Amino acid sequence: MAEPMGFFTDTTVCIGCKACEVACKEWNQLPASAGGAPTLSGDSYDNTRRLDGIHWRHVRFVEQFSPDRRDGRWLLMSDVCKHCVQAGCLEVCPTGAIIRTEFDTVVIQSDTCNGCRDCIGACPFGVIGMNPVSDTAQKCTLCYDRLQAGLEPACSKACPTDSIQFGTIADLRQKAQARVGKLHAGGERRAYLYGADDKMLGGLNSFFLLVDKPEVYGLPPNPRLPTRNLVPSSLFSALGALVLGLMGVISFRMRGANAAAREEELADERDRTA
Amino acid sequence: MSAIGLPDTFFTAPPHWRWLIILYFFVGGLAGGCYMLAVLADVFGDPGDRRLARTGYSIAFGAIVLSGLLLTIDLGQPQRFWHMLVQSHTGRPMFKAWSPMSVGSWALLLFGAVSSLSFLAALADAGRLPWRGLSRLRPPSAAGYVVGVIGGLLGFFVAGYTGVLLSVTNRPIWADTWLLGLTFIVSAASISAALLVLVSYVDGWLSTGVYALRRFDAWALVLELLVLVALVASLGAVARIWLSAWGAFLLAMVIIGIVAPLALHWRLVAVGRLTTPIAAALVLVGGFLLRVVIVLSSEGLGLV
Repeated sequence: MAEPMGFFTDTTVCIGCKACEVACKEWNQLPASAGGAPTLSGDSYDNTRRLDGIHWRHVRFVEQFSPDRRDGRWLLMSDVCKHCVQAGCLEVCPTGAIIRTEFDTVVIQSDTCNGCRDCIGACPFGVIGMNPVSDTAQKCTLCYDRLQAGLEPACSKACPTDSIQFGTIADLRQKAQARVGKLHAGGERRAYLYGADDKMLGGLNSFFLLVDKPEVYGLPPNPRLPTRNLVPSSLFSALGALVLGLMGVISFRMRGANAAAREEELADERDRTA
Repeated sequence: MSAIGLPDTFFTAPPHWRWLIILYFFVGGLAGGCYMLAVLADVFGDPGDRRLARTGYSIAFGAIVLSGLLLTIDLGQPQRFWHMLVQSHTGRPMFKAWSPMSVGSWALLLFGAVSSLSFLAALADAGRLPWRGLSRLRPPSAAGYVVGVIGGLLGFFVAGYTGVLLSVTNRPIWADTWLLGLTFIVSAASISAALLVLVSYVDGWLSTGVYALRRFDAWALVLELLVLVALVASLGAVARIWLSAWGAFLLAMVIIGIVAPLALHWRLVAVGRLTTPIAAALVLVGGFLLRVVIVLSSEGLGLV
């Protein structure tokens, strides 16, 4: 197996040019819209708005303005599938379409996926969406085809500021730590890494350098696996089945009462017709 | 609205499970519930309840066929429905014990097979088939007990796994509670008993088992009310989502589908001979509304 590969996205140097989005769409032949003319968000310069089946990279524009709009700050982040080491989508996928590759990335095989959409609700980051061309669930493949050919992914190749860096996870983590140290030394004390260690879902193979709370970037502070609910949910259901079964047996065994209720109703019926 | 302080489930995307899936949750609940009640009627009822059990098996069979159709046409690629059961690349069986949708697919297949046997037995019992021996696939024969117990257990599974499936995601409400499977299984019991009672009243045969089901339904409704209170409590702060039109919808569901039928059942209100059938019809409406609220109130949340 090849070494685990991934992305390190340093949001502090993203300029919001969207070259990554375009390169991704070009290489992966993704449509511009899900049918019809592309629409504008209307309340933001961010017209991509979110990751889905036809947007595998999304440059998120976080527009923070004071109420009178005299002061403002822009945070820019090129968002992408996190290629979790413990991936919720892969866990629930009932067809085996979602696989872990030799590069430790997570890929949906479009010829196997039947579009049940379980993975869409299972992803802790809302990354996956339906692609209207294939009618299957799709997301970033970390350019699996390019990786197999020894190339780097289209987005990181196109990124003009190296906000998106591609490499082995071990290398990227070192680089990212060094970058955080440099920012701290330079006075940007808020800089920290999101998902760069094993604590978050076993590690995110695409992790981020952020300067505000995860929620500000639309990221969950504590993403978890969907199967955390499996055993307790199942036990409560089994308990319900047991109680209902007993209730059913008792109801049918109360033969005297059942017969009396029947007699009563039939008598009522006779009275009414008489 | 600031995203700070939102639960983790609000940073996820909706799977767009809508009316076909809501209808499946309802019809699938009826399939599992009616089968389970039919087995109980066969095993613990009077000889006069054979017809009640036959009705239960017939509804279960029709409902499980409809369930399979609903689930298949909801897929993005319906012709690949079999990928749930067979790995398309290797031809080996596809099964993940920890994925409710994977286990559920197998349960639907097996339940479909077992309920087909019971349906054949019911037809043979009613004299609609030339092979009367097939009626031995129902209790009280030994083979019938085997079929009935396996089918009854699968029926419970089919009625409840859908709620567990919703919880084994990362979506708001669904993944914020452990009680959806319990809620669906109790509701499946109440709507199934209601449907069987309704059919027997419409058809005009009233075996003693119908009165057992009436009592069972009242108990199931009381249990359902308790479970719903526990469900709201288990959601904690997330329950605030229901301080909206969805909450009004849920309250309407409780009044239409639980309080009113119980009032009719206990004859606090009576509308003559229609009292029982009206109560049963209201339970069915309520069971459908419950699924509408649980599925759709989550759909609009998160990264939409």
